[in-house]
Amino acid sequence: MVTAEDIRKIAKLADVGIDESELSGFTKQCSGILEYFAILDTLDQDRPVTHERVNILREDEVKPSLSQEESLKNAGQTEKGFFKAPRVM
Amino acid sequence: MAGALLFRPNDTVNAFITTIPDVTYSDGVLSGVRVAVKDNISTKGVETTCASRILKGYIPPYDAHVISLLKDAGAAIVGKTNMDEFGMGTTTENSAYGPTLNPRDITRVPGGSSGGSAAAVAAGYVDLAIGSDTGGSIRCPAAFCGIVGLKPTYGRVSRFGLIAYANSLEQIGPMARSVTGVSDLFSVISGQDKMDATSVDRPYNHIPSPDINGLKIGIPDEFFGRGVRPEVADTVREAVMTLESLGAVTVPCSIPSMKYALAAYYVTCTSEASSNLARFDGVRYGPGNSNRKSWHDAYSEIRKTGFGEEVRRRIMLGTFSLAAGYFGRYYQKAQTARQMVRDDFSRIFKDVDIIAGPTMPDIAFTLGEKSDPLQMYLSDILTVPANLAGVPAISVPCGTVDKMPVGLQLIGRLFDEERIIDTAYAYEQGVS
Repeated sequence: MVTAEDIRKIAKLADVGIDESELSGFTKQCSGILEYFAILDTLDQDRPVTHERVNILREDEVKPSLSQEESLKNAGQTEKGFFKAPRVM
Repeated sequence: MAGALLFRPNDTVNAFITTIPDVTYSDGVLSGVRVAVKDNISTKGVETTCASRILKGYIPPYDAHVISLLKDAGAAIVGKTNMDEFGMGTTTENSAYGPTLNPRDITRVPGGSSGGSAAAVAAGYVDLAIGSDTGGSIRCPAAFCGIVGLKPTYGRVSRFGLIAYANSLEQIGPMARSVTGVSDLFSVISGQDKMDATSVDRPYNHIPSPDINGLKIGIPDEFFGRGVRPEVADTVREAVMTLESLGAVTVPCSIPSMKYALAAYYVTCTSEASSNLARFDGVRYGPGNSNRKSWHDAYSEIRKTGFGEEVRRRIMLGTFSLAAGYFGRYYQKAQTARQMVRDDFSRIFKDVDIIAGPTMPDIAFTLGEKSDPLQMYLSDILTVPANLAGVPAISVPCGTVDKMPVGLQLIGRLFDEERIIDTAYAYEQGVS
């Protein structure tokens, strides 16, 4: 159902990393699970789905929230009151 | 009376990730009652890890809504309990802090994912516990450890502060050794919260009554058929006969959508997980990143070492289900199947008041018994329908097979917890 190459691509898309030694195990397990999911493909595509819930909106008012200090407290690295993230470029 | 207590359990079953040795508490209906909380529920100032390496050392700066309610009611919150990482599992073996053992037989699992909460209650370390149930994570460990556990109607308890795994399915709920304990705890944690837009103004204030005269109970064929261990099915049938002797009437029924329910559940929960768990990148919480590496390399590295194997597998499955080209085949069809499950329950509840069956298809597995992920998933078949439909369900102990507890599952109409609690109470009082 899925190949080792598919799993390598998905791991990259999901940013979960994958070692070569893990590839065959994940491929076999995910293939088995996706084969089981295939039962859903026997359902009609156009069956209506109803949603009972309504969207709840509120006024965009400023409410008390975490201070900058509290927000940064759990960060691995900070600099000048900001979170420090890996480089993008 | 407000006061303080010392909490130093001899935790031989690894029920806790964190214990709070000195606890102060206030006045209220739960004043001084020892309550354990699953480690995916935020507790201000107390480490909250979701049993994951990626959140090791994370100290929430705020309390979940249920924690505020518990503190206001005087509860003594004594510790954070072990679980399957982020709630992903049926045994509490998928924990970065080692497995929890079943207090009834330490060669067996306690069930999951709220296994630490169930074990802490069953072992007598605490009076009450809080769990969360995405596809059976309160009811399964309640059944395996021989205690009572309730998954409330979706929306009846605020999820604010619950670290999200699959938002559309999960609810926080109470666990205790008795139905009265579950009812008392539920009355404290239920109600609307403006911080959770899916919460509903349906507070619970009910004293369990054992009167079930004339109650109509639906017995679905699918809950007693293939895949369910015959001795478990027989034990639950006997429990149903006890309910009949107390005045209930049983009616056969059928949930044909059960055929699709498990696949629909796993497509939905892995899809939601792949999105929810994207926030764990080590920047705002967690171990921090290497600034020398590029964005994707740094995140992949931290997530590969920070997440366990089952979490990575579910993130990958969800990423696949949502990918362009596959969305229509998996996620969309899963929502169709979910609607079929809702429709089946609505149809059945026109004729009956509650539905009864086993909570789990088997007794607690031995440690390491379920090594194949799909085989593990299949054991959730009897619990996931209630999450897909949002309806409430309770598991109450109803006997043993091979000396291990079996759970009777009672499923109710939306917001009709009162009735399944009364039925569970009637059963509990009827057999004791």
